[in-house]
This record gives sequence, structure tokens and C-alpha cells, in this order.
Amino acid sequence: METLEKDLSRDDQFQARIDADVRIEPKDWMPDAYRKTLIRQISQHAHSEIVGMLPEGNWITRAPSLKRKAILLAKVQDEAGHGLYLYSAAETLGASRDQMLADLHSGKAKYSSIFNYPTLSWADMGCVGWLVDGAAILNQVPLCRTSYGPYARAMVRVCKEESFHQRQGFEIMQTLCAGAPVQKEMAQEALNRWWWPTLMMFGPKDSESPNTEQSMKWRIKRFTNDELRQKFVDMMVPQAEFLGLTVPDEKAQWNEARQAYDFGEVDWNEFWSVVKGNGLCNHDRLQARVQAHEEGAWVLEAALAHAAKRAAREAVAA
Amino acid sequence: MTNWGPNNKSIMSQSEWPLWEVFIRSKQGLDHKHVGSLHAADATMAVQNARDVYTRRLEGVSIWVVESTHIHASNPDEAAEFFDPAADKVYRHPTFYTVPDSIKHM
Ligand SMILES: [Fe+2]
Ligand SMILES: [Fe+2]
Ligand SMILES: [Fe+2]
Repeated sequence: METLEKDLSRDDQFQARIDADVRIEPKDWMPDAYRKTLIRQISQHAHSEIVGMLPEGNWITRAPSLKRKAILLAKVQDEAGHGLYLYSAAETLGASRDQMLADLHSGKAKYSSIFNYPTLSWADMGCVGWLVDGAAILNQVPLCRTSYGPYARAMVRVCKEESFHQRQGFEIMQTLCAGAPVQKEMAQEALNRWWWPTLMMFGPKDSESPNTEQSMKWRIKRFTNDELRQKFVDMMVPQAEFLGLTVPDEKAQWNEARQAYDFGEVDWNEFWSVVKGNGLCNHDRLQARVQAHEEGAWVLEAALAHAAKRAAREAVAA
Repeated sequence: MTNWGPNNKSIMSQSEWPLWEVFIRSKQGLDHKHVGSLHAADATMAVQNARDVYTRRLEGVSIWVVESTHIHASNPDEAAEFFDPAADKVYRHPTFYTVPDSIKHM
């Protein structure tokens, strides 16, 4: 009984700190549910960064110029870095790196469904940077002020690097749209495929998102899914117009009264189907991850053995 | 069915590389500052990995790495009592003292 009362007041104290915008640090007391929710959220985010390297990695060897190749390589390397910042943030909560990776590889842990779509043409590299990284930025910027210190700091680092990602993507689109008619068609065709999946990146509708309220209270989420989706559409429709492209949604119209764009309904059946593993690339992505992990396992083991051997030699010499 | 499910032994039996904390001097004349952590088999690899993970845009001119297990910290649950001795010593701050208006350069 006594511990229960103590815990209750601890919960209240904890919430008071969050309400006062005091950051929570790794060794501070926190409710179990806060810790678990964060581990899930941060590791899912980390997995998304790592799996997100695959659709773009697909084009590194086929980039149209050395300049584009160097840029794409740098971007994909950044995504690896983002995954690492985030995995280490999750580790400060007591999660183990091996366990997180095992959960990704077994399919128990999720990653962003957007990476289960294929990258079919060079214009997809434009759309991924412009739209997918654009959506990621909208999600991530508010998280720079999230209540958990290591997560917030990781997000600051990530956000600094993301704007280059978006700009290089937009530049690819701009170049294609200023090119020959076939290039512009390629850009439009890519936009047609990526538009709806990027709108899905913000997650289910608020009415279908039962955890949002608690997450907002803990400040590990700072805007609702629908708020972010609206912001995204408001940003992107004019950018598409600038490029001379059309978003594939007849309902995407400026609403003077709302001072915002109206837009059509996302195909939620498709959304849930991809989340459940039935997207075009779910199988390939996971298999590529597991294969890389297994084929690289000997390097992990050899490096450890080498370090142990050297430490032993140094101990003898000393 | 391919052999990459949850029961795959090679995934589960992996032993992790130790965790290292990374500190970076962003420019000459400034302190090293904690930036995050990473895994590496030894110190040399930790420094190289830290360069690749934390200084891809010239964020540093010097890197320190310390194995995380070697860091000892004050207890956050006792922070109030622990830092309390400094709380009532306002006279340690220059603003505690009134200087006559006519006195310059103090
Ligand atoms: Fe990223
Ligand atoms: Fe991201
Ligand atoms: Fe990115």
C-alpha cells in the first residue's frame, strides 16, 4: 500500500516536471509506461532510418552523374547516422541494441511503411527527398522539444541534417521538370506514386489513434497526426505547383474560409495492409536487413576477438 | 520459408560490442562536450566510428571516447540534497555586493 501511494505521488511529480517543460534524463525516475512507450517510439524511428537507406541505396550505382552519386551517398550515410543517434538514445532507457535489431529482424518491431514502396525511377530519388524527408522533417522538428532529453538532443542533430536531404530532392525534381518532356513526365509519374503514401506517413486519423492523448500529455508527441498531415499538404501543394506538377488528388483545393487546403481521403485499407506486411517491398526490405546482419556477423565477432587478443598482449607487455 | 525469422540463432546469440560515450571539441579553445554514444570493439575503432557518426560536417577538431561503464555519476534522486550546500551561499555571486555608483571598473 505504502509503495503504491508513493508511486502515485511520483507519477504526479513526474507529470508536473513535464508540464513545466523540464527535460527527463536517463537516470531520473520515470513511469514504466513512459519508458516502454519511448523505447518503442525511438526504436521504431531508428529502424525507419536504417530501413530507409534501402530504397535510396538502390539508386547509388545508377545515379545520373558523379555529383548526384556523391550527394545520394552522403544522404544515405546520414540516414545511417540518424539510426545510430536514435538507437543510442533508446539504449539510455535500458533497451539493448541486439534486442532492438532482433525485434526488427523478426518482424516484431515496426518501421515506417513508406519504405515498403519501391523506387522505380530516378525521379523517385527526387520524390523521396522532397516528400518523404519533407514529411519526416514535419514529424521531427517538434520532437526537438520532446520531454526526454537524449531523444530531443538526437532529434536536434537529425533535423540539422534533414534540410539538405529535402533540398537535394527538390533540386532533382526541379531539374527533371525543367528538362525534356519525358523527364517531366517521369517527375509527374513519381509524384503520382509517392503522394498518397507520404500522406500516410503521419499515421492513422486522430479518431483512430488512441495513444495520441497520452503521448501528447507526456510531450513525446507534440502535434496530432491530422494536424501534421494538414500542414504537409499546405506546404506541398504550392511547391508542386511551382514545379509545374499536379498532386494526384482532385479534392486538393485551397479553402479560403479555412485558410488551408482541402484534400481527399487517404486509402486506409492500403495503409493497414502495408503496416500488416503486405506492401510491395516488406519482404525484400526485411530480408535485405537480415542478410546484411548475418553476413556481417563475422566482422562483429572478429573485431571483438581482435580487441581481446590485443588487450591481453598489452597486459603482458605492461 | 527462408531462415530469417525470430528463432534464427545467429541473430540471438550475437555478443554486443561495448558502449562508448563520445565527447567532441567543436573548435580549438572550447571544451570537449558530450554528444552521444556508440558501440565499438576497442578505443581505436570507437574514435574512428565517432568521427563517422558525429563529425560528418566538420563538427569537431578533437574526439574523446570513454567506455560507458567507466563513467560514474551523481544520483539524480539525491540531487536536491547533494547540491543543496551551494543553494544558500548567495555571497558567492558578485551581485550580492552593492558598489557605490561613483566607483568605476569593478
Ligand atoms: Fe533521417
Ligand atoms: Fe527520420
Ligand atoms: Fe533524411
